[in-house]
Amino acid sequence: MQVPQDLKYQKTDEWVKIEDGIATVGISDYAQDALSDVVFVEFEVDPDDEVEAGGSLATIESVKAAAEVVFPVSGKIIEVNQALIDKPEILNEQPYGEGWLVKLQIADDASLDELLDAAAYEAFCQER
Amino acid sequence: MADPTIFDLSVAGRTGVTFPEPDVPETSLPQGFLREKLPLPEVSEMEVVRHFTKISQKNYAIDLGFYPLGSCTMKYNPKINEVTSRLPGFAFTHPFQPIETVQGNLYLMYTLQEMLKEIAGFDGVTLQPAAGAQGELVGTLIIHKYHKDHGDTQRTRMLIPDSAHGTNPASSAMLGFDIVPLATDARGNVDLEVLKSLCDERLAGIMLTNPNTLGLFDENVCEVVRIVHEAGGLVYGDGANMNALLGVFRPGDVGIDILHFNLHKTFSTPHGGGGPGSGPVAVKKHLIDYLPDPVIGILEEGDEENAPFYGFIHPKKSIGRVKSFNGHFGMHIRAFTYIFMLGQEGLRDIAEKAVLNANYLQEKLKGTYTLPYDRRCMHEFVLEGFWKDVEGIHALDIAKRLMDYDFHPPTNYFPLIVKEALMIEPTETETKETLDRFVDVMLKIAEEARTNPELLHDAPHNTPIRRADELKAAKDLVLCCYTGDDWPGI
Amino acid sequence: MFTPHTKHDVEVMLKTIGVEKVEDLFSEIPSQFRYPELDLAPRLTEMEALNELENIASANATTKDFISFLGAGAYDHYTPAAVDNLLQRGEFYTAYTPYQPEISQGTLQAIFEFQSLICRLTGMDVANASHYDGATAAAEAVILAYGHFRNKRKKILVSRAVNPEYRETMRTYMQGDESIQFLGDDIETGIAPDLQKFIDQIDHNTALVMVQYPDFFGRIIDYKPLIEKAHEYGALVAVACNPTALALLTPPGDFGADIAFGEGQPLGIPLSFGGPYLGFFALKNELLRKLSGRLVGETTDVEGNLAYVLTLTAREQHIRREKASSNICSNQGLMTLAATIYLSLLGKHGFKQVANLCYQKAHYAADQIAGITGFDLVDETTPFFHEFVIKCDEPVEEVLEHLMHHEILGGYDLGQAYPELKNHLMIAVTEKISRDDIDYLAGVLSEENHG
Repeated sequence: MQVPQDLKYQKTDEWVKIEDGIATVGISDYAQDALSDVVFVEFEVDPDDEVEAGGSLATIESVKAAAEVVFPVSGKIIEVNQALIDKPEILNEQPYGEGWLVKLQIADDASLDELLDAAAYEAFCQER
Repeated sequence: MADPTIFDLSVAGRTGVTFPEPDVPETSLPQGFLREKLPLPEVSEMEVVRHFTKISQKNYAIDLGFYPLGSCTMKYNPKINEVTSRLPGFAFTHPFQPIETVQGNLYLMYTLQEMLKEIAGFDGVTLQPAAGAQGELVGTLIIHKYHKDHGDTQRTRMLIPDSAHGTNPASSAMLGFDIVPLATDARGNVDLEVLKSLCDERLAGIMLTNPNTLGLFDENVCEVVRIVHEAGGLVYGDGANMNALLGVFRPGDVGIDILHFNLHKTFSTPHGGGGPGSGPVAVKKHLIDYLPDPVIGILEEGDEENAPFYGFIHPKKSIGRVKSFNGHFGMHIRAFTYIFMLGQEGLRDIAEKAVLNANYLQEKLKGTYTLPYDRRCMHEFVLEGFWKDVEGIHALDIAKRLMDYDFHPPTNYFPLIVKEALMIEPTETETKETLDRFVDVMLKIAEEARTNPELLHDAPHNTPIRRADELKAAKDLVLCCYTGDDWPGI
Repeated sequence: MFTPHTKHDVEVMLKTIGVEKVEDLFSEIPSQFRYPELDLAPRLTEMEALNELENIASANATTKDFISFLGAGAYDHYTPAAVDNLLQRGEFYTAYTPYQPEISQGTLQAIFEFQSLICRLTGMDVANASHYDGATAAAEAVILAYGHFRNKRKKILVSRAVNPEYRETMRTYMQGDESIQFLGDDIETGIAPDLQKFIDQIDHNTALVMVQYPDFFGRIIDYKPLIEKAHEYGALVAVACNPTALALLTPPGDFGADIAFGEGQPLGIPLSFGGPYLGFFALKNELLRKLSGRLVGETTDVEGNLAYVLTLTAREQHIRREKASSNICSNQGLMTLAATIYLSLLGKHGFKQVANLCYQKAHYAADQIAGITGFDLVDETTPFFHEFVIKCDEPVEEVLEHLMHHEILGGYDLGQAYPELKNHLMIAVTEKISRDDIDYLAGVLSEENHG
């Protein structure tokens, strides 16, 4: 199970990469493996939408399950990864790379404190 | 071997059933509105008959074998129901006929309403909902409107046990309720402490299935109802499991406010490959005014000489109509026939034999399969479809292997609170021999899981198709025969 | 009678379980509630029960006893013998929902063919395995449109010429959300609502525009300008359609509709006092992911054989639970099969014949009645399919009563659902009605006027 060191995580299996006030969000390797083959990604937001941490980002459908992805931080959506609409399998193949879900401008830093670092997330996953 | 589709069978110029030439002077069709092509198949009548006969033979059905499907109550569908529902006196009546001309229909519906009230212990019934899920929607609509009328708009919480059928939360969500899952305790009852902590002025109600999807009668049901009522909430009963209770227990007696029935489960109307169902809803006195519009009532009382005159009544605070016309009348006739034939004695016999059959199977299987809740069950029970000391075997594999032995698998992966769940409901119409054979096969499969697991992984082997590629079905979507103009028959 | 247990069976089973009598199995039910007395008629044999049911049925008058001109959403068509004959095969009738595809290929293939037939008929890309009826299909169209715009567009614009029961049902379904507005059908505009005024109400807050084709009053309207305007503003358009009419008329998919749905009862399903019927629902590919209800798809099995399965199941309630867009679980199974067999039996030629007969006979009837003093054909210019509206000089109730005495079910009293249409009678004519029947109706109506 891959858990890149330079990212932050949530117990609900989202990862966040923060660079210059811009957050990129996706789902972890653990999550894509649990879902197995993704067939559809349904985004709940559009560019320019203002979002809150905990709000619904997308629903990811596999053959047997549907999982909700929630925002780890609050902010304003810059970009939604449209490539996933046509090729949802990228999420399984590259959950941390091309399989990113959204990019957003972070509104406040408060929610960042509650995120887990790689070690904490990895430990959490071991116990599941 | 796949059968061709009806489109594949089409040959240009073939006709099936034809109709007479017009016997009236002809007038021209509306220009500018006519379609150019009607791409429907052209098949002779015999070819149509052969086609559907052949594909039907690839189906498993109750008329062929046992369906131990928990939560579905796959009992025998009496053929007499098919005779009564087809009586021309019923079948050839239009829903908008003047009520004087359909007193037979209205009498039947009224009496069915009364029968259901009596069986479950309620004061009012609607026969309008088309299915259990729609009955649940009616229930949540009633709860929503009731609280709104009382000014309790802060009551937005619906408590739903984690063992509930998916339609429960789905129906509640349609009304915008916040769904709060309710934990099940180690004995399989609603966790009373958790329940108490969630009952406050935000409580709209609880959706309770009793017996629950584990097949267990809640040992604290009276207490659950009391707690919810005290907090000002309403109790909705999911009546899918009524088969265990007919003539033995009435949900209304312990204070449940609303209950839906599944006529296609408890009351023997056919499953038909997925429907139609019928989901009547029963309510207590304080909720009668909220029922969908209309219900059947007596417009003029009868006397020694005259029968009562039946008609439609419009509940004063109705949530509104939930579908067109009068509900699934064809299913009302069947359920009526069934209940009418059985009477109290027959209904009680059903519950007793259903529960007897389930406990018998549970006893015989629990040594070999893990029974997570080892209690007296009602009409169904749940086993775990895996063994800690056997790698790589899941409920799915057991299910698929059962098909090689000519059994339909039990419900699997539901309820969600049991890992690799296998929910088994034999119903009362199965013989002891069938149950014994099922036990033998289940024990054999348990052994195969240890000695020859490939038999399970590759199952089924003897069915019309082997395991289907569901991933491919979801990714390379083909949802119709030919698309666009690529059908040769066009 | 349906429980096969012998005394011996029960004894052995009780012994295995470890209880003395069957009653002991219910010991967990609080004793004060156990074994209530039910006030029900005593048990009967099949023979006795059938006798009683036949008595009950005989208290009705049927469309076999009377000549019926009743329509208004349910139509008396001829169902060929082979439909029910095939339907009653136990393999279809007593099969469960096809969750286990390996032993449900019959049901699955039949549904796949149904989906295909509906796509062909409506000119759409995808059809689901059915909703309960036309009214609930209308509600699902509203739910779909509302969800499509993520609850941001609040207006549902519905024509008054859409079936009144559909409009009621939609409102019932959406009453949990007070921000949704239903408009367009409130003003009492009679049978010719101003289409332009209706189109003018479309704006950027409109999620869905719903019209009917032919409309509830039987009229055939050109919706192309409406659809153009709706699409300009990004709104979706749903067209409720009559399937028999689609044998002749340009289907909604061909004139730009996004969703085509309706009541499938005319396709080989008996009148049966209103149910069970069949809601068909089809749409363009772009909206596929929003489609609720069961869907059958084609795939292969592990040996490469063609196979049918339920697909895109992650949309449905048993997986999404509270996140499902709709709570729908069952479909109309048997009714879907009946429609599939009906359309297969009639095929291209038979189905067109039925539609043409309905059209011709309805137009003959309209001509005959329009010529009788005291009865006026309300709309003489708009083309219509198999239903038309007559204005009566006398109350419709009286006309219908007079007709009933002559064993005619005269039609639908529009005043019941449209207060502005008191004294308006709607007459439907199907292929089952003969010229003699129509002449007889005309004769009795003439009498009525002189009487």
